[in-house]
Amino acid sequence: MTYARGTAHPWMANSVESTKQEMLAAIGAKTIEELFEQIPADHRLSRPLALPPALSSESELRRHLIQTLSKNQTCEANLNFLGAGCWQHYVPAVCEEIVRRSEFLTSVFGSPMSDHGRNQAWFEFCSQIGELVNMELVGLPVYSWGCAAGHALRMASRITGRREVLVVKAIDPERLSVIRNYCEPPEMSDHLAVTLVAYDPATGLLDLSDLRAKLNERVAAVYFETPSYFGIIESQGAEIAALARAHGAETIVGADPISLGVLAAPADFGADITVGPTQPLGVHMNCGGGVGGYIASRDEVKYAREYPTLMISIGETIKAGERGFGLSLFHQSSYGMRDKGKDWTGNSVYMWAVANAVYMSLLGPEGFHDVGTLILQRAHYAAKRLEEIPGIRIRLEGPFFKEFVVDFNETGMSVAEINRRLRKEAIFGGKDLSADFPELGQAALFCVTEIHSQSDLDRLHSALSKALAS
Amino acid sequence: MTNAIKLRNYHAAVWDEPVVMEMGHPGRRGIVFPQAEDALRAAAGSIDAMIPASMRRKARPSLPELSEPEVLRHYLHLSQQTLGMMGISLFGTCTMKYNAPVNEAVVARPELAQVHPHQSEEDLQGTLEIVHNFDLILRELSGMDQFVFQAGGGADAAYTHCCVTRAYHASRGELEQRDEIITTIQTHPCNPATAAAAGFKVITLMLEEDGYPSLEALKAAVSNRTAALMINNPDDMGIYNPHIKEWVRIVHEAGGLCFYDHANFNGVMGKIRAREIGFDACMYMLHKTFGAPKGGGGPAVGAYGCSEALAPFLPAPVVIKTENGYALDSDRPHSTGKVREFWGNIPQVVKAYAWARSMGAEGINEASDISVLANNYMEVGLLGIRGITRSNPDVDSWRMEMTRYSLETMKAETGIGTLDVQNRMVDFGMDAYWLSHEPWLVPEPFTPEAGEMYSKEDLDYWIAVLAQISAEAYATPDLVKTAPHNQSIHQMKYESLEDPDRWAMTWRAYKRKRPSVGNSDS
Repeated sequence: MTYARGTAHPWMANSVESTKQEMLAAIGAKTIEELFEQIPADHRLSRPLALPPALSSESELRRHLIQTLSKNQTCEANLNFLGAGCWQHYVPAVCEEIVRRSEFLTSVFGSPMSDHGRNQAWFEFCSQIGELVNMELVGLPVYSWGCAAGHALRMASRITGRREVLVVKAIDPERLSVIRNYCEPPEMSDHLAVTLVAYDPATGLLDLSDLRAKLNERVAAVYFETPSYFGIIESQGAEIAALARAHGAETIVGADPISLGVLAAPADFGADITVGPTQPLGVHMNCGGGVGGYIASRDEVKYAREYPTLMISIGETIKAGERGFGLSLFHQSSYGMRDKGKDWTGNSVYMWAVANAVYMSLLGPEGFHDVGTLILQRAHYAAKRLEEIPGIRIRLEGPFFKEFVVDFNETGMSVAEINRRLRKEAIFGGKDLSADFPELGQAALFCVTEIHSQSDLDRLHSALSKALAS
Repeated sequence: MTNAIKLRNYHAAVWDEPVVMEMGHPGRRGIVFPQAEDALRAAAGSIDAMIPASMRRKARPSLPELSEPEVLRHYLHLSQQTLGMMGISLFGTCTMKYNAPVNEAVVARPELAQVHPHQSEEDLQGTLEIVHNFDLILRELSGMDQFVFQAGGGADAAYTHCCVTRAYHASRGELEQRDEIITTIQTHPCNPATAAAAGFKVITLMLEEDGYPSLEALKAAVSNRTAALMINNPDDMGIYNPHIKEWVRIVHEAGGLCFYDHANFNGVMGKIRAREIGFDACMYMLHKTFGAPKGGGGPAVGAYGCSEALAPFLPAPVVIKTENGYALDSDRPHSTGKVREFWGNIPQVVKAYAWARSMGAEGINEASDISVLANNYMEVGLLGIRGITRSNPDVDSWRMEMTRYSLETMKAETGIGTLDVQNRMVDFGMDAYWLSHEPWLVPEPFTPEAGEMYSKEDLDYWIAVLAQISAEAYATPDLVKTAPHNQSIHQMKYESLEDPDRWAMTWRAYKRKRPSVGNSDS
């Protein structure tokens, strides 16, 4: 039944006419219309809204939504090798169950006492990220990895009083675009100049000689990622950090937390600030709507005082021995100081932080070791199989984790065409890099994770062989 | 009437739940992954060969080791120690709404959850169709010409506006000159904060007796340095600035853009349209006004809409309709670039679309009716309680969907202030109310927003709880001062949270700073 005035809407208790009349009588008004007296007549919309017909019955609404969304193809029905900032990892059912809990889902802000459990879950998110990156100070998450990197660069600028940042060129163009926005255009007086540091075209590692050439006493921070956008494990982290430190610059490292059961924690090779994505930890891809970012550092006042994020600290209550969790350093946020606050904060992805906390608790130390190992094995197996196909080579020689660049130049076929052919076999091929990284020619970034079985990868091998043969 | 209401004998769950870091037992597993197939493992080679020695993790991370049911039960306990919206939550400015489970069920399906944003457009038609159709709904509600959903919250949409403002003035060669953004002290802090973070100088106009800054103050503030005005209306005291069209005209005349922070849309939806009032851009919060859940602070969406003239500067991509269906338009040379990776928190967009479709035009209009009615209904009850007054007592018109109250009188007479009352409310199973943004223009403020979801009985109950606490404040103030008494934990001590030697944002910091505590439990 289509909803119309006069019928109570299931989501509005007071849409019953007699209730409205009762409330009007209580306040001494005749009509609801007169309550809008503050709005001048010439501000008012003079016609009814023209919207599609209401679908107030849940069954109709559900059917409409599912019918529409069914026009999507899914990575469940197809074999997916897209990653590039949004990755298909297994999401344990316990994560799905917990984030659907109404108490967490509908909570707004509350108080440390009334929303104690949620605050504790947030603290457990920060605590477990802290263990993975070996750092003691972790903020509540921000919108995305790029936003985390942008904030971290601005923190470094405020800490050092410098206005130039060096950013590795082997970076997701989406993330770089976000970072550039955070660094402001040159017309602004607070502009941070972003200088890209080359990568070695043979290995994909950061080009140390280019870094040396570009480092100077004006540089606030050096930002690089491991694994990089191209999946490369940056093995020169300690040298990069030492070079940055020698010039008084901060070292900011972007790290995928799902790699940290097998790869060194950024703090261990010299990171001052670590940032990264949170989506790999128990959050579905959600068409890109699962992303989030973390920021971590040493627990030193010089860093703590520059965080834009909300921070949650463990503390005590008035009952001896009882713990609670409350906001810390709130006053320096934009809520506390408006335009004088540190960047800004607001609603972010805190529900995903709960999913992340559950995920990390499920995996534990051995789970992170196992998932990292399995991803390495599967990704390397895939790369080796693909290299068997004539015309295909793995472009970069550096060590890689879960993503790798597949070079199709010798096939004479474009990535777009290859992906079209794979699509016919119900396979989503790798992310096409040809437009964003023209120096690579026809190349694609393939993502292989723990979810890809040997038979999945063998299927990719045969589909790709077939696509290139025809 | 409220005296007759019997207050519930509520008590929150007390699980005395340990921190997960101190739970479990060595060797336990919460999940196991598949074994690599023998042939795959043999072909892949040794792990040591895959990771350079310098990059190998030497020691396992010190994460807890728990079985799967232990993890599930732990987080269920934590959820039960979270009030959320289990009671009555009239959290002002946040527009508490029903978050329909049907929406959660739909977005959890693989048709959305298991979709990658880099899939080809033809494989994303369902998502694109909903995003585009929701864009059309918001265009109708606002009069704007194009919406994008990339911003991850309301503040991020304000930031988006600052980025669009930069790109717009840069395209005219005026960005260096136009370095000021004007806002008001009653506009949400995210507006001045994002303006400053985007590199603008911020001019904040103060309020006058009628509840908003004067036209004269605005005229004195605008100049050829004005880049934009960022403002909300009505504000969260429930006062609508009737001169807003004139404000927009003055700013436009000076060459600036006008941004309508529509966080407080609930009281005016279906009644006014931002573009018709003259604004160039506006923002809606899908996790507030449009029924998507808040999740304690996101994932959220600040839907940002603008005029045709500003559309070229929007963050890319923009979802468009073509002859062959729906597409992502990324070829936008004047775009400000991205404010966040990908194109938005799509599940929240779907939930907001579902909300708008369920409500329809009539329902949306009725919801603003009910919100304003309910707020004015609450005023009568609340102002009858000892110690409660309202902001701008001289403004005697009906308020919009919110009213700001003050406990200044109660504080003076009993020593009980608004923070104390907030602490006591939760003893009755009611979510702590919203106070006010900083700075407090009204002493000891609180700001309920009734919205359209809660029943008249719920509102009466809320008022009855406030009446009860007022009575306690005057009779037994210590009871209020030491609240809460029926919650998962007792009153938090806040001093240590601001002390660098004692704050601890992670368990490892806690163990270092409180060695006796951190290491003794297990």
